[in-house]
Amino acid sequence: MNEITITIDGKTIQTQEGEYILNAARANGVFIPAICYLTRCSPTLACRICLVEADGKQVYACNAKAKEGMSVVTSTPTIADEKRAIMEVYDVNHPLECGVCDQSGECELQNYTLEVGIDKQTYSIADTHKPAQDWGLIHYDPALCIMCERCITVCKDMIGDSALSTVARGGDSIEAAFKESMPKDAYAMWNKLNKSLISPNGGDTLDCTNCGECTAVCPVGALVSSDYQYTSNAWEHQQIPATCAHCSAGCQLSYDIKHVSIADPEDKIYRVKNEWNYVSLCGSGRYGYDFQNANVTKDPIKFDAAIAAFKKADTISFTSTITNEEAMILQCLKEKFGYRLINEEARVFKSFLGSYSAISGQSLYSGNLKEVHESDFVVSIGSALKTDNPNARFAMNNAISMNKGAGLYFHPINDPVINDMSKNVTQFNHAAMMEETALYLMLDLFGDKGAMPSAVAEYLATFHTTKTATVEETVDEKVTETVVKKVLNEESGVEEEVSEEVTKTVKKKVSKEVEVDDNRLLALLNAPAGFTDTLTKYLAKKEKFALMVGPDLYSHPNARNCARLVALIEKYTPFNVTMIPNLSNTLGSALICDLDESIGSHTIGYNTAGNFTLSALGNGDLDMPALNQQEGTLTSIDKRVNPTNVAVGFGGYNLNDIANALGLKETLTINYTKHLPVNAGFRAVEFDTLPNHYTNAGEEVRGYVLESQPIAVNGDESVQPFNENSAMGSGIVYLANPVLQFTPFTAKSHQLQESGGLYASSAYLSANGMNEGDSVRVKTAYGEIVVKLIADGKIDGEIPYLPTFDTQINSGALFNGYRFATVSIQKV
Amino acid sequence: MNTEPFNDRNVNELSAYYYVDIENYPVTAWDKFKQVVKRSLKGELFVGLWVVLREMIKFDIHTVQYPKEKLPIGPRYRAVHKLLRLWESGFERCIGCGLCEKICISDCIRMDTRIDENSRKEVTEYSINLGRCIFCGYCAEVCPELAIVHGGRYENASEQRAHFVIKDDMLTPLDFLTAGQQEEYPGFGAITPHEDERVTKTPLAY
Repeated sequence: MNEITITIDGKTIQTQEGEYILNAARANGVFIPAICYLTRCSPTLACRICLVEADGKQVYACNAKAKEGMSVVTSTPTIADEKRAIMEVYDVNHPLECGVCDQSGECELQNYTLEVGIDKQTYSIADTHKPAQDWGLIHYDPALCIMCERCITVCKDMIGDSALSTVARGGDSIEAAFKESMPKDAYAMWNKLNKSLISPNGGDTLDCTNCGECTAVCPVGALVSSDYQYTSNAWEHQQIPATCAHCSAGCQLSYDIKHVSIADPEDKIYRVKNEWNYVSLCGSGRYGYDFQNANVTKDPIKFDAAIAAFKKADTISFTSTITNEEAMILQCLKEKFGYRLINEEARVFKSFLGSYSAISGQSLYSGNLKEVHESDFVVSIGSALKTDNPNARFAMNNAISMNKGAGLYFHPINDPVINDMSKNVTQFNHAAMMEETALYLMLDLFGDKGAMPSAVAEYLATFHTTKTATVEETVDEKVTETVVKKVLNEESGVEEEVSEEVTKTVKKKVSKEVEVDDNRLLALLNAPAGFTDTLTKYLAKKEKFALMVGPDLYSHPNARNCARLVALIEKYTPFNVTMIPNLSNTLGSALICDLDESIGSHTIGYNTAGNFTLSALGNGDLDMPALNQQEGTLTSIDKRVNPTNVAVGFGGYNLNDIANALGLKETLTINYTKHLPVNAGFRAVEFDTLPNHYTNAGEEVRGYVLESQPIAVNGDESVQPFNENSAMGSGIVYLANPVLQFTPFTAKSHQLQESGGLYASSAYLSANGMNEGDSVRVKTAYGEIVVKLIADGKIDGEIPYLPTFDTQINSGALFNGYRFATVSIQKV
Repeated sequence: MNTEPFNDRNVNELSAYYYVDIENYPVTAWDKFKQVVKRSLKGELFVGLWVVLREMIKFDIHTVQYPKEKLPIGPRYRAVHKLLRLWESGFERCIGCGLCEKICISDCIRMDTRIDENSRKEVTEYSINLGRCIFCGYCAEVCPELAIVHGGRYENASEQRAHFVIKDDMLTPLDFLTAGQQEEYPGFGAITPHEDERVTKTPLAY
């Protein structure tokens, strides 16, 4: 991309070639009104209010690309007339219920109506009855809808559900006289608006992953959260800038807080908002906000018991739902008192990173989600993408839909959500334990065979054979036919039959024997038929390649080999690699703490079971603050250290109080921010200096990015061959969470409360003669449990899964590290 | 523009301001003593007492017997708030838009709202902290529904401050409304006369 210079209203602006005029203007503080445009999504051209004059020609700023030396004028008399007419049209029949509307002044229709200065109405049309619709977590009021189609655009281009579309609006057509009398663009916009309404694809019910991003982007109060409806006005909220605590994406969000009621002045989180132009939230982030440990008071007796337990214990076991500072406190306690620190998923991730570093020479992986957004060929291996890290899924979908991209998805469970992204995505539903094969396939398809270690290249060559295949080709062939025609003899008036020769060209299919390369890796991974051709089509004009690898690899029995293969892919293919950490702060915990493998005799559990339990869930021996009650930093998938702030108060003790009682001396938890280990890539900066916002140009100004440290390498790039006999056949179970759930914290929030079970696709249920709600005994080599069956419409195929979010289900006991296990499932 | 009325300030010899002829204050102790004696013995006290006695026996008394009788107050007087009801249906006028809460410069209004069974916004509780209210009238002025107004009740004595400030106290009782005793407030925020003539009507397609 070349840097170019354009002028907008006389202001000289530096921008990239091919950037939309609107984005260039926004990034440089020039205001151009726009309603239907969403940054990072494709222009919709519904509102037409972003009209500008570029080099004397009227264009839409959201759709016209900047060219070197272009001169843009944002307002001319014609444009002003258009804008006025457009806003008048938007106001036709718009209900005057601003007083109770949940948009409560954050309304773009209201803003632009006032901006343009509409004080009277010229246009009219008969109104139609459009009753409000309830879509579960989301409420749609079509009477308020202005058909900007931002919800449809974000759902398709960003989220990938494509759950919304337009339906016929009904009602009168626009009076013909208006076509002549009103400005051209305003008439076109009205014509479009008057034809349609928003509707879920499934008819009355919304079938999607419930991210609620449509409600975030809605410029008016047409799409709102059902739970929030009429409870508060936007201006009453104090916005607490924070980082989502549920997964490793570390999305920026703000908790909107206000007092509970007149009688109760305590703070309460009413809703979550996000900078939807630059970050998209999933449903867990948007609806799972009230997971705080409420009504806790300081109980000195319990605190003393905790101190006594710490003095007695030799092990601290914790989960990754923890801030970097808390992890640092645990590490300090380890250094001072020699505790063993147990966090199994962080430990396997750490050792995976270590094995990767041994070849790559870098302590951290190279990619991040922003680069995935910008790439045009995305591959995901070893992750149930939509539930492990929804933002990684959004990034993959966004890259494929916006950059004319394509993608490959390697996972044993067939995911209809991935299929819905684009037709340019191929799913490989390989057998469990075949992840290494997928990594080898990546090396085989994209690797530079000359540069990579010869042993690997030779190993890959063993999978290739040439075979003759019969290919059908279409050939043009000239055919001469004798046609008998009936011709009227003009003299006699009698029809006569005349033979005539006609030559014509016909397309004919011919079978041909050709020699083709047969790649056995594809067969081992259950590749769909004709994949080689599909891939050739996919790879046309592709420039930027991104690979995401997920938690299935970290706990893989051959994790070390997987990590080394990932490093080789990064080194010898054009892919950059992003690793998806399992949980909120798995990366931070892995980098900060020295983690141990074996548990000692007496354990302190922090948000997990132990002889003495510290818990932010409110079910332990001593209450701890949840992540929305603490300030601190979280390390995200983007290797970014993001600050988060206190949304609601906490009346009890925190980990720092315990550490101080044990002899560490820091008044506040955030004093540890500057002590985070510099040799792991952290910076010695004060917490209070960390920013948390996006600029108008979309630049992420949040915390800081970890510095990848150089690691000494010994040049050994050997990898083990995979064992195709280790592939696990049918009858296996997976360890994952359903959409909207990550941890017990998401299940605690009032909008997402649910109890878990064994989640299975409807195909599985009908194949096994089971029904939703049946109790089943799930038995693996490591244990057994009895749970209820739950139908999950968002997976397909034969593999059911057990969740980790429900504390009532000890699903971890059924697995030996690896996320798949052979299972027997019987009805009871 | 004729500036004559402004130029003629009507100041002449007769109407001009003048200094009241005040004696010099006594300075020496002797002078002060003489002034005390003179004032004590002059009998000015009885002049005043006579006026009181004279008015008393005339029985023409203008004093308002306050707790028993009250002076009428101006229609725009801003005393303790009231919440009004719609005349026809008896429903509460308040729609819970929160503008009063927003505009209140002493930040003393709060309301709780929810979505009711008819999918309408319902104000479940409304309170004004009269300990902080400065009776500026902004809440009544901003109210789009003429729901919150200032009433005429200016007596703010009670056992508790809270007695004035909850919704039930401010809302017009239904029997009061049916008896036609709800009074409209003509102060700021009320519709001005001839409003109809100034509105540009929105065209309707039917």
